Amino acid sequence: MALSSTTAPAALKRKRRRGALRTLAFLSPWLIGFGFFFAYPLLSTVYFSFMRYDGFTAPTFTGLKNWNYVLDKYPFFWQGLGNTLWLVVVMVSLRVIFGLGIGLLVTKIKTGLGFFRTVFYLPFLAPPVAATIAFAFLLNPGTGPVNHLLGTVGLPQPGWFTDPDWSKPALTMLALWGIGDLMVIFTAALLDVSREQYEAAELDGAGPWQRFRYVTLPNITPIVLFAVVTGVIQTMQYYTQAIVAGKVASGKVGGSGEPFEPGYPHGSTWTLPQMVYNLGFQRFDIGSACVIAVILFAISMAFTSLLLRRRSGFLQED
Amino acid sequence: MRRTTLRTLAALTACATAALFVTACTGQSSSGGDDGSAAGKDVTITFWHGWSQEHEVRAINDNIAAFEKLHPNIRVKSVGNIADDKVEQALRVGGRDAPDVISSFTTDQVGKFCSAKVWTDLAPFLQKDGIDPAKTFPATMLEYSRFQGNQCALPLLGDAYGLYYNKTAFAAAGITSPPKTFSEFEDAAAKLTIAEGDSYKQLGFMPNFHGYETSATHYLGQYGATYFDANGKSNIATDPKVAAMFTWQKNLIDKLGGFDKLERYRTTFGDEFSAKNPFHTGQVAMSYDGEWRTASLAENPVDFDWATAPFPVPDDQAHTYGRGYQTGTIIGIANTSQKQSAAWELVKYLAINTDAVVSFANAIHNVPSTNEALNSPELTADPNFRTFIDIAKNPHSSTTPSSINGGAYQLSLRNFGYQYEAGKVDLQAGLAATAREIDEAIEQAK
Repeated sequence: MALSSTTAPAALKRKRRRGALRTLAFLSPWLIGFGFFFAYPLLSTVYFSFMRYDGFTAPTFTGLKNWNYVLDKYPFFWQGLGNTLWLVVVMVSLRVIFGLGIGLLVTKIKTGLGFFRTVFYLPFLAPPVAATIAFAFLLNPGTGPVNHLLGTVGLPQPGWFTDPDWSKPALTMLALWGIGDLMVIFTAALLDVSREQYEAAELDGAGPWQRFRYVTLPNITPIVLFAVVTGVIQTMQYYTQAIVAGKVASGKVGGSGEPFEPGYPHGSTWTLPQMVYNLGFQRFDIGSACVIAVILFAISMAFTSLLLRRRSGFLQED
Repeated sequence: MRRTTLRTLAALTACATAALFVTACTGQSSSGGDDGSAAGKDVTITFWHGWSQEHEVRAINDNIAAFEKLHPNIRVKSVGNIADDKVEQALRVGGRDAPDVISSFTTDQVGKFCSAKVWTDLAPFLQKDGIDPAKTFPATMLEYSRFQGNQCALPLLGDAYGLYYNKTAFAAAGITSPPKTFSEFEDAAAKLTIAEGDSYKQLGFMPNFHGYETSATHYLGQYGATYFDANGKSNIATDPKVAAMFTWQKNLIDKLGGFDKLERYRTTFGDEFSAKNPFHTGQVAMSYDGEWRTASLAENPVDFDWATAPFPVPDDQAHTYGRGYQTGTIIGIANTSQKQSAAWELVKYLAINTDAVVSFANAIHNVPSTNEALNSPELTADPNFRTFIDIAKNPHSSTTPSSINGGAYQLSLRNFGYQYEAGKVDLQAGLAATAREIDEAIEQAK
C-alpha cells in the first residue's frame, strides 16, 4: 500500500533521524574521547590564557595581560621559541635523513638482517632519562670518553652540554642515536617497493642515485611525510632530554632544595614545553603557561597544515 | 513541547559547561578548625616530608613516636621522600589522602604559599598557645618562614653556610689559619692552586656559580645585600653590595685561571652529595658548603685533615666576620586539612619542643631552628659542626626574603650571574635589566 503524501516525509524524517542517531552511537566513543581529551582541554587552555590563575585560588579575568607578559616581558620566550624551531628544523630533518639512511643500509644487508635491525632499534628502547644521563656521561667535557678520544687524535674537544653553541647539536646526536623507530618504519616501506620497478629502471640504465631518486623516493614519500609530520609534533613537545641534560651538566641534580631553572647553559636548551612547566608549576602562573601552550598548539597546527596541504606535491599520482 | 525540552536541555548543558570551565581545576580551600583532638577525640593526621635517608627517616620517626606518646589520641601517618613538586600538586588538589602537615626543603615557595593561603596562617595558633615567634626563632629563620605578616610556616632545622678547608693543603702552602677577609681568601686560593697541564692538580677554590653551593644568593649572604626596597621593588641594581659581589666573584675567576678553564675543570667534579664531591677528592682545597657536609665527611672519611670556619667577608666589612647565608626546612599545615588542631600539635612539637629539635639536629646534622635549641648543652660538641651553630647565631647572618612569586627573583639573579661570569653581559646594564625582569615578574604574579 502506498504512503499518503502527508505521512511520507514524516516517515522519511524518522528514518533519517534513526540513521543519524545510529551514526552518533557508533561515533560516540570517539566523540566522548575527543570532547574530554582534546576539545575541553583546548578550550580550557584558551580560556585560562586570559585569566590570572595560580592553581590555588579562583581564576580572575585579566584580558591580554598574560599574552603581553609572555610575548613582551617573560625573558625566555623568544629564546625558547628559537631553540624549539631550531630543533624542529635540524633535528627532524636529520632524523628523517638518518632514519632513511639506516633503513636503506639495513635493507642492503644480505645476512644477519634481523641482528642489525635489532642493534639499530635497541637504543630506542632506552628510557629518555637514562639515555640522556648516559650521553651526558659520554660527552662530559672533562672526563667523558668521547672528548678523550677526540683529544687523542688531535681534534678539538667541544663542551657539548656545557657549551651553548654545542648543547643543541649534542641533543640532536642523542636523538639520532635513538633513531630505531624511524628505521623500522623506513625499512618496512623500503622492503615494500616492488623489485620490478628497480629492474625496469636498471634496464633503462639508471644508476644507484637515479634508482633512489626516481624509484625509491616516490614510493616512500607518504612515509617520509608521515615521519616529518609526526617528527614536527614530537619535537614541538621536546622536554625530557633537554631538562635532564641541563640538570646533569650544570651539576644541579638535586639536594639542597634550590629551585632549578631549565635552559642550561645560557638558555640554549630552553624549549617551549619547559616554559609551560616553568610558568605553570614552578612560578604558579598557569595563565601565562596556557599562553605558551596555545602558541605551541598554533605552531604545530600551522606546520602540520602546511605539510598536509602540500602533500599533493609530495605524493606521486596513481 | 519537544522543542521546548530540547532548548531547556541545551541551555542547561551550556550552563553546566560554562560552570565547568569557570571552576575547572580550581582547588577550593577550606580550613578545618577544631577537630576534637584537644578534647581527647582520636585523630589520625598525615605528615609529608622529604627525608629519605635511613638515619633521617629513623630520626623523624623517633620524634613522631615521642609525639604520639605525649598525645595518645593523635596518630601520625608519616610519608617520607616527598618532593616539593608532589607537595604542590597535593595542595592544589586536596582530597582525602592530601597531607595535613607538610615540610619542605626549600624556603623559596613560602611567599607563594602564604599569599595564596595554601598553607594556614599559624599566627592564631601561636597566639593561642602564648608563643612569641620573635623570641622563639632566630630572626633570619623567621624571615624565610613568613610573607608580609602571614606566618604560614615555621622553621624546622636550618642550613648555615661556611668554609671547609683542607688543613693538609693549607700546611703544604704555608697558610696557618683560615682566611677572614676576601683579600686573605684570594691570596689563599691562589697559593693553594696547583696547575697541571692546561688544568689543575688542585684548585684553591671553585668560584663559578655552578660550583655547587656557590650561587649568587649564597655569596650575597657574605655582603648582607638587600633584594627589595621598602616599596617591594627590586633594588639589586641600586644596592652597591650586589655589584660589589659580582665584581669580586669575576675578579676571583680571572685570578684563578678564567671562566672557561674553571668551567672545564668543574665538569670533572663528581656528584655534590656523594663521596665524589670535589672537596672529598681533594680537587679543591677550600669549599663553600652547608653544615651537612660535616656528616658526609664523617661518613666518608678523607685522607687529609680538614676543618670548618665562617666564610670570609669583604674587607670593608671585616667586623661582620662570622656571618653566613642561612636557609632551611620549613613546616606548615595545609589549608585544606580538616584536622588542624591535631596538625598544630605536631607542628608545635617538631618545630618548637627543644628536646625534639635538638635530637633531630644531632641526628641529621642540621642547625637547630629555635633560640633555645641553638643554646642547648645537648647539642653536639663537634667543633666543626659548632662553626655552623655560631654562624646561625650571628646577628649579621642573612637569608633570601620571601616573595609573592616564590624564588623567581633568585633565579633571575642567578641567570644574570651565569651571563656575567661568562663575560656575556655588562654588569650595571645587566643588573638594571634583571631588576626590571624581577619587577615585571612580581607584577605579573599579583
